[in-house]
Amino acid sequence: MKHPYVSIIYLFLFLASCSKVDSLVDQGLDDGILHFGNGSEPQGLDPHIVTGVPEHHLLTSLCEGLVIANPKGGDNLPGIASSWNISKDGTVYTFIIRENAKWSNGDPVTADDFVWSWMRILTPSLGSQYPDMLYYIKGARDYHQGMNSDFSQVGVKALDPNTLEVTLEKPYSFFIKLLSHYSTYAVHKPTVLKFGSIDDRNGEWTRPNNFVCNGPMNLYSWELNKKIVVKKNPNYWDVEKISINEVHFYPVSNESTEDRMFRAGQLHITNVIPQEKCPVYMEQNSPYLRIDPYIGTYFYRINTNHPILKDKRIRQALSLSIDRELIVNKVSKCGQTPAYSFSPPGIGGYYPTTSINFDPEQAKKLLAEAGFEKGVNFPKLEILFNTQEGHKQIALAIQQMWQRHLGIQVELTNTDWKVYLSKEMIGDFQISRAGWIGDYDDPNTFLDLMRPKRGNNKTGWENLEYDLLIDEANSKLDPKERYEILNKAEAILIDEMPIIPIYTYVRQYQLSTDVKGWDPNPTDTHHLKYVTLSR
Amino acid sequence: MSNSSDTMWRDAMHRLMQNKPAVISGAVLLLIVTLALLAPFIAPHSYSYQNLDLGAVSPNSTFWLGTDTLGRDLFSRILYGARVSLMVGFIATLVALIIGVSWGIIAGYFGGKIDSIMMRFVDILYGLPFIIFIILLMVIFGRNIWLLFLAIGAVEWLTMARIVRGQVLSLRNQEFVLSAIALGVDNISIFFRHILPNILGTIAVYATLTIPQVMLLEAFLSFLGLGVQPPMSSWGTLIRYGVESMEEYPWMLIFPGLIFTITLFSLNFFGDGLRDAIDPRSE
Amino acid sequence: MLKILLNRILIAIPVLLVVASITFFLIRLAPGGPFDSEKAVSPQVLKNLNEAYNLNAPLYEQYISYMSNAISGDFGPSFRYPGRSVSELILTGLPVTLELAFYSIIFAVIIGIVTGVIASIRKNTFLDYFPMSIAMIGICMPTFLLGPLLVLIFGINFELLPVSGWGTLPGDKFLPVITLGAAYAAYIARLSRGGMLETLNQDYIRTAKSKGLSEFQVVIRHALRGGLLPVIAFLGPATAGLIGGSFVVETIFQIPGLGRFYVEAAFNRDYTMILGTTIFFSTLIIIFNLLSDLALLLVNPQARSQT
Repeated sequence: MKHPYVSIIYLFLFLASCSKVDSLVDQGLDDGILHFGNGSEPQGLDPHIVTGVPEHHLLTSLCEGLVIANPKGGDNLPGIASSWNISKDGTVYTFIIRENAKWSNGDPVTADDFVWSWMRILTPSLGSQYPDMLYYIKGARDYHQGMNSDFSQVGVKALDPNTLEVTLEKPYSFFIKLLSHYSTYAVHKPTVLKFGSIDDRNGEWTRPNNFVCNGPMNLYSWELNKKIVVKKNPNYWDVEKISINEVHFYPVSNESTEDRMFRAGQLHITNVIPQEKCPVYMEQNSPYLRIDPYIGTYFYRINTNHPILKDKRIRQALSLSIDRELIVNKVSKCGQTPAYSFSPPGIGGYYPTTSINFDPEQAKKLLAEAGFEKGVNFPKLEILFNTQEGHKQIALAIQQMWQRHLGIQVELTNTDWKVYLSKEMIGDFQISRAGWIGDYDDPNTFLDLMRPKRGNNKTGWENLEYDLLIDEANSKLDPKERYEILNKAEAILIDEMPIIPIYTYVRQYQLSTDVKGWDPNPTDTHHLKYVTLSR
Repeated sequence: MSNSSDTMWRDAMHRLMQNKPAVISGAVLLLIVTLALLAPFIAPHSYSYQNLDLGAVSPNSTFWLGTDTLGRDLFSRILYGARVSLMVGFIATLVALIIGVSWGIIAGYFGGKIDSIMMRFVDILYGLPFIIFIILLMVIFGRNIWLLFLAIGAVEWLTMARIVRGQVLSLRNQEFVLSAIALGVDNISIFFRHILPNILGTIAVYATLTIPQVMLLEAFLSFLGLGVQPPMSSWGTLIRYGVESMEEYPWMLIFPGLIFTITLFSLNFFGDGLRDAIDPRSE
Repeated sequence: MLKILLNRILIAIPVLLVVASITFFLIRLAPGGPFDSEKAVSPQVLKNLNEAYNLNAPLYEQYISYMSNAISGDFGPSFRYPGRSVSELILTGLPVTLELAFYSIIFAVIIGIVTGVIASIRKNTFLDYFPMSIAMIGICMPTFLLGPLLVLIFGINFELLPVSGWGTLPGDKFLPVITLGAAYAAYIARLSRGGMLETLNQDYIRTAKSKGLSEFQVVIRHALRGGLLPVIAFLGPATAGLIGGSFVVETIFQIPGLGRFYVEAAFNRDYTMILGTTIFFSTLIIIFNLLSDLALLLVNPQARSQT
């Protein structure tokens, strides 16, 4: 602990010098260090256990999957797999693992690494929250749900050290898109087993000095709640393309503080933009403002088991009386777009043709038809959301809209995050605010949600026709055909309205002009080999 | 006996009136409380009506103190915020009062073992990280306003108990009480005729000084996101919003912050003045 | 004195036990478990997770196993950060919070005592009214109001001082310390003024003055000791407030301390972390109260009968 007097002397020197000290961003140019504002403190580094966005940023720099996201969006590019072959019927994928793909300790990456890793994430006792990413593989679901304990029955095999063969349940044409998600990454078997068993969640293999992975960077240090440093991995197969030497991740959870840090030149990239700053930066045409498309939808879930809300007309009336333009222009105010479908338009090249008009007259008519003319005798409903200013403002706005146009009263209930989640989980809500970010660049990641009995459905809505349509679509190899069928399913969803889409997310953040090659990517994945620092 | 307490009060009032800062604080408080009570009648706008098109504007003739990011009138919100903050302050203090005073009276009057045990209990509780418990309670059981009163009151009663107990103890050992006991007067009469009138002053003083503590605590909880639930907005909530927007819309922070500080200031000053008036030796 | 020390320690143990038990059952009662997340967890996976952390066992069994571990200092793994133990997390955040608290107390004590003493010897003059009014403001202004204001003025408007971090940039410790210490400086100013005034009225002071000692000597050599008693008594309970205050300051200034960990743990239902931190803070408070009482006894043996 420094003697207090030293700090006082510091102050005088600081004030006296009054010269401009080089900011971290300035120095970053010379050192090749990228300073990254990463939101909340990451839970951990185990790609088979973590679930969040901060972890996604970290893992993208430390590890690489069979494929990587194309920085400009679109189909995935080769990663650890240099190429792949798809059988004519679309169910067998054969991946060639690069000869020169290595782990950070020099070991070659083999097909067996992926087999073992996928066995790990599908091991029930590990408690991964993303096993369903691999359920498309033959026998994977059975293995994970304990109906089969022999992994050799699962459709993933290492034909030789550099050839990985995967057999799917059905010809899922979006399978390649899944494989850039961190839950499908391989982990280094000897390292994991050195510190625990295959299903040990608390193993120390993810500590600095222990952690081994196959991406552009290597874990150097982790100071809790302070900073995580990763440095260039000389054993990365494509290391020549990496110009950045280090990335420093800062867990800044307070938006205003992060904003100030950026303005003071302490960060190259922020995680978010404070709500009231966004319109200001938009107006100023700030060169640092980035509003990128993002595959996410902000919506309200409706509990279709509720005696009133089970009437489709009422749900439609609620949806038709929301002025989405007003909400994105006057409430969220950060470049979001109104959503007239559940799947974000453009996801994987899919453009749903559904539409929702702002039509208070029609809404009133529907409400009257359902027996509540002018809102008389309509029970008071409750909107549930987790405590956050943005959610509250939108809820308040919608509360007013329903009051004004339908004459009904709604109550707002906000609880903290965990309570909100558990209430949604057990169906203890009437209308609840929700947001869903897609895990991969294909509409299936959205539409699959609303299928019957899906854990993330939570609305109690079970529509057989919808379910069958999605099944049918997923066995079609021709993307156009597939999307046509999905569109039909989407139309059912929008007609039945178990969820009310409100707006399509954007990724809003600030980016230093020194950072080049940081293209807008719908999954917010920015592989470091495309990123450079220059002024 | 009642005579002396009458003159005691008169002297105290006299001293209080002489204390100019205390009088001014008292007047300010009265003003604020009145405004808060009359809020539904005098607020120029609704405290909840949002004017999304308007957004946040700086003070002007329609919106005397400006509006917040949802276009709500800040002046009206501050008025209604006063109701919430003051209500929390008074009720939680009342809870603390009831518990603490009863505790202190019993301990101080009966003395001996009872006193020992009761005050030992207080000592133990003094050492607990109550903030932690309150946070936990709020997080776990949701932001129920009754729970809030109870939780805050349960923290503040300790000091009250200690002080009341001290007073009762010293009073009880005074001549006039001892003689009353010797004469065989029952405890209840002694309590109401001799003890109570003489501790009312102290209770009043510490109640006045507890209210600002409570209000600070509530504001602190609101800052962490654990205070009163919307649509109720206390001053603490308003300050929290103000902090978030303070660069763009500084009036959102300045006005609620100012009035909050002034109210606490007045409460403390008035309480001090009361204390000086009742017992001029305790500076 | 030793007897009092032993006495207090003996009480401390059941107190900690009670604290830990209450906390344990409180958080188990909470709606919302540690594994609830936006991506719904299938019942199968939830069962496995609960199994891994021994949450499926009957409550009293969990209680006993937790308590017996806790006594040996093992607070279990954090639920939120797999792979990290609670003790590890506490040991990471603790030094930071302690440093923050230490500097804040030093700041508060120095400024508070100096101001209070000067006010007391220049009673009812400008040197009394002015600082005491500022002190009053310090007490009335919440930390979360003062902090952002200081940030606004010194960090943004004048760009003199960094607005976040602890130990990363030079000078980033100033604003947090001032913010946290301000209220305490105010209290200490008032307390020392009060204490000094009482002491200054005593006979032995009058004697010293009449003997011709300079004001300075009277104050420093005779009055200070008595005058500072209330301040010393205050320091123990002040710790509890400091801990609460550190939550706010650590949040505003993004300081990686234990307070911030605790608040996040509460929101995340990180059971083990909540328990571990609560026990830890309680122990800290008990220790500091003890130290404060000891110091008081050392300085003023007469106070013994009053505690």
